[in-house]
Amino acid sequence: MSHDGIKAALEAFLDAEFSPDLSLVEWRKRLVSAGWAAPSWPAAYFGRDFSQAEALVVSQVFAERRVVGAAQVGPRRLAAETILAHGTHEQKQRYLPKILTGEHAWCQLFSEPGSGSDLAGASTRADRKADHWLINGQKVWNTSAHHADFGILVARSNWDLPKHQGLSYFLIDMRQPGVEVRPLKQMNGHASFNEVFLTDARVALDDLVGGEGQGWAVATATLSIERQGFARGRSQGAPAPASAGRVYEELARELEIDNEPYTWYPQREGRPDLILQRAQETGAIEDDAVRQEMAKLVCLTESARISADQVSAHQKSGGQGMLPAGSIGKLGASVIARQAAHVHTMISGASAMLSGPESAFEGVIAETLISVPAISIAGGTDEIQRNIIAERVLGMPKEQRMDTGPFRDIPRNGQ
Amino acid sequence: MQTVLSDDQVQFKHVVHRFFDTHSTTTAVRALAETETGFDPLVWSQLSETLGLPGTHLPEQYGGHGFGPVELGIIQEEMGRTLYCGPFFSSAVMAGYALERFADDAAKTERLPQIADGSIRATLVLDDLNHPSQVGRLIAADQAGALTGSAPIVLDGCSAEVFFIVAREDSGLGLYALAAKAPGAEVSAQDSIDMTRKVARVTLQEAAGTRIGSVTPQSLSRFWDLTSVALAHEMIGGASRLLDETVEYTKGRYQFGRPIGSFQALKHRCADLLMNLEFAKAATQHAGFCLAASDQETIYPSMAKAMAADCFMEMARAAIQLRGGIGFTWENDTHLWFKRAKCDEVLLGAPYRHRARMMDILQETQDVA
Repeated sequence: MSHDGIKAALEAFLDAEFSPDLSLVEWRKRLVSAGWAAPSWPAAYFGRDFSQAEALVVSQVFAERRVVGAAQVGPRRLAAETILAHGTHEQKQRYLPKILTGEHAWCQLFSEPGSGSDLAGASTRADRKADHWLINGQKVWNTSAHHADFGILVARSNWDLPKHQGLSYFLIDMRQPGVEVRPLKQMNGHASFNEVFLTDARVALDDLVGGEGQGWAVATATLSIERQGFARGRSQGAPAPASAGRVYEELARELEIDNEPYTWYPQREGRPDLILQRAQETGAIEDDAVRQEMAKLVCLTESARISADQVSAHQKSGGQGMLPAGSIGKLGASVIARQAAHVHTMISGASAMLSGPESAFEGVIAETLISVPAISIAGGTDEIQRNIIAERVLGMPKEQRMDTGPFRDIPRNGQ
Repeated sequence: MQTVLSDDQVQFKHVVHRFFDTHSTTTAVRALAETETGFDPLVWSQLSETLGLPGTHLPEQYGGHGFGPVELGIIQEEMGRTLYCGPFFSSAVMAGYALERFADDAAKTERLPQIADGSIRATLVLDDLNHPSQVGRLIAADQAGALTGSAPIVLDGCSAEVFFIVAREDSGLGLYALAAKAPGAEVSAQDSIDMTRKVARVTLQEAAGTRIGSVTPQSLSRFWDLTSVALAHEMIGGASRLLDETVEYTKGRYQFGRPIGSFQALKHRCADLLMNLEFAKAATQHAGFCLAASDQETIYPSMAKAMAADCFMEMARAAIQLRGGIGFTWENDTHLWFKRAKCDEVLLGAPYRHRARMMDILQETQDVA
C-alpha cells in the first residue's frame, strides 16, 4: 500500500470514528476491529501486515492528529509480542484484543529470589493436574504486578531434565486466591517492583505457551523483545496528548499508573545532563580537579553516543553488527552513571549529605546518588555483560559448567 | 558530517593494512629498532612511490592527493598496529601539516611537493611538545633570521634532511626552514624508551634559517588538533593489535588444567578493555570526521587524544599483566607496544592537558550559547 493511500484510509477512519468524548476502551475497540491498533501485526490477528515504514506512517498520523493509540507499553508489550509469536490461535484471540484496548494489564514473572542472573535456574513448580497446572513458588522484580490482570510466567514442569529443558511458559490469571503481590521497597525508597507469592495458583491447561518444556525458548524471545525496548530507551508510555475530552482524561490516568514505577529511572543513569549547569552555578567549574573529572565524564558520554550512532549507521547501511552493541552500551551506561555520581558528589561537597527540600535540585541529586547502583544490575548485571562480551565478541572460552544433568541434582539456593 | 567510513575508505584501509602487514613485521621492527636512523629506505620509497602515502592529506595544488584527516587516520592506525618504523609521522604529518598551516604560498609551492612525494624527509623542530602555549620559549630568531636555542626532542632528528623550525620573534612566532647539515645546527641522538621512533636534540647557534611563514595562536592550535588526532589513530591501531594478541594468548595458555581465558578475572578485564577501545576508537574516528568537515574548534580532537592515550596505555599494561612473567621479557614483543604507548601518551600533551582544553572549549561554546 502506498504511504499516501495509508494516510488517506486512516484519515477517513479517524474522521468517521474518533471522538474525544468516547471512553478510552470504546475508542480502542474501534481501533482494534479496524486493524489500526497494531498495524504491523498480521491481518489475521488485529493488524494489517504493515512494514515498519508503513507502521511509522500510521504513528505519524496519530501524532499529528493527537489521536490516542493502543495500550502497548511496558510489560503489556512483552506479553503481546510473545503471544503473537509463540501463542496458539485461541490464545491470540482471547488475550491480544484486551491488551491493545488496555482492559487488561500484564506483568512479567521470570526472576526469583533464587535465580537472578541464572534465569534458567527457576525453581517455581508447575505440576500438571487433570485439568489444570498447579503453580507454587516465589517471583521477584515484578514491575506493575500490583495492577496486573495477567502475568507471563516461567516455571519448572520437569525436575528430571537438564535445567533449560524442564521449563514451561504460562499465562496466569493474577486475580485469583493463590496469587499474592507485595511491594518491594528499594534502597532509594521507591517501590517500583513487587514480590509475587504463588501458592497453589492455577493455570488452565490451554494457557501453556509453546508446549511443555519449551519455556526457555519462549522466555528468550520475551527477553529479546525486552532488550529491543532497552535499546530504544525506557519502556515508558508517550506523554498523553494534552487535549480535553474523556478519552484523554482516561489515557492520562492510565499513563500515570503505567509510568509510576519509572519516575526515578533518569536518576539511576547519573543525571550527567545536570553536571555543567551545577558546576557553573556552584563555581565548582573553576576547580581543576573537578574540571578533570568533568572532562572524563564528557569523554564517556560523548564517545558512548558516537559509538551508538556509528553502530546504527552501520546497521542501516546493511552491515552486519559485529558487536553485541547492547552489552557494550549497557556496560558503558554503568560507567557513565558512576562517574556522573562521582562528579555530582564533588560539586556538592558536604551538601551531598542532604536529601530534603534544601538539597540540590530539590532532592533529584540526592536521589541520583542513591539510585545509580541499580544501573549496573537491572537488565543483566555488569558481570553478565562482561561474560557476554568476552565469550561472544572476543571468543574467549566458556567457564566450566556445574549445572548440567538433571535439575533436581544441581546445587541451588536454600538447600 | 560522516558517521562511518565510506566504501572507498574501507577499501583504502585494506590496501594500507596489507602493505604494513607485509613490510612492517615484528622482525623488521626489531631490526630497525637497533639501527641509528630507525627506518628502511626501501620501504619508505615503496610507500611513497607506489602508494603515495605521504601526500595523502596534503592539498593537490601542492602535490598532495587532497584527502584529509580521515584518510590520514587510516594510515596512522595501520602504522600503529604494526609499529611501523619510519619518518612518516615526523615528515608527512608534523612537517607536512606545519608547512600547510604556517608557510606562505611560495614556500608551500616549493617545498610541500617534496614532502608529499616522500623525496625529502623533513621534521618539525618544536621546542615544546606539551602545550601550544609553551612553544617558542627555547628557540628564538633574530631579525636576520639567525636561529638560536635548542629543542630537546625532535622526531627523527638524526635522519631528517630538512628542519622546519618554529621560533620566537619580536612579536609572535615564525616558521623557518634550515638544511639539517647547515652550519650552526647540531644534532645529537637522544635515547628514547621507544626504540621504534628515533628522537634527537637539535641545538642551534646562530644558524641561518629562511623565514617561510608565521605561526599564529589559531593556526598553531589547529595544527595541534590535526597532529593530535593523527597520533590518536596510531594509538588506536596499537591498542587494537594488543587486544587481539592478548585475547589469543589467553585462549592458548593453559594453567590449572584450563585455558586462562576461561577465568572470569581475565574475561572481565578483556571485556572492559574492549569497551574502552570501542569508545576511544569511536571518539577518534569522530574527531577525524569533525576536522574534515569544518575549521570550527571543537572538543573532539582533544577528547580523542586523551581517550586514545589512556586506552593504549591501559591496554599495554594489561597486555603485559595478562601474559604474566613472559610479558615482562625482552624476547616477548609486548614491550615494543608498551613503550610506544608511553611515548605517544605524552607526545603533544598528556591526557590531563587535553582534558583541560576540552573544558576550556566547552565553557567558551557555552558562553557563546
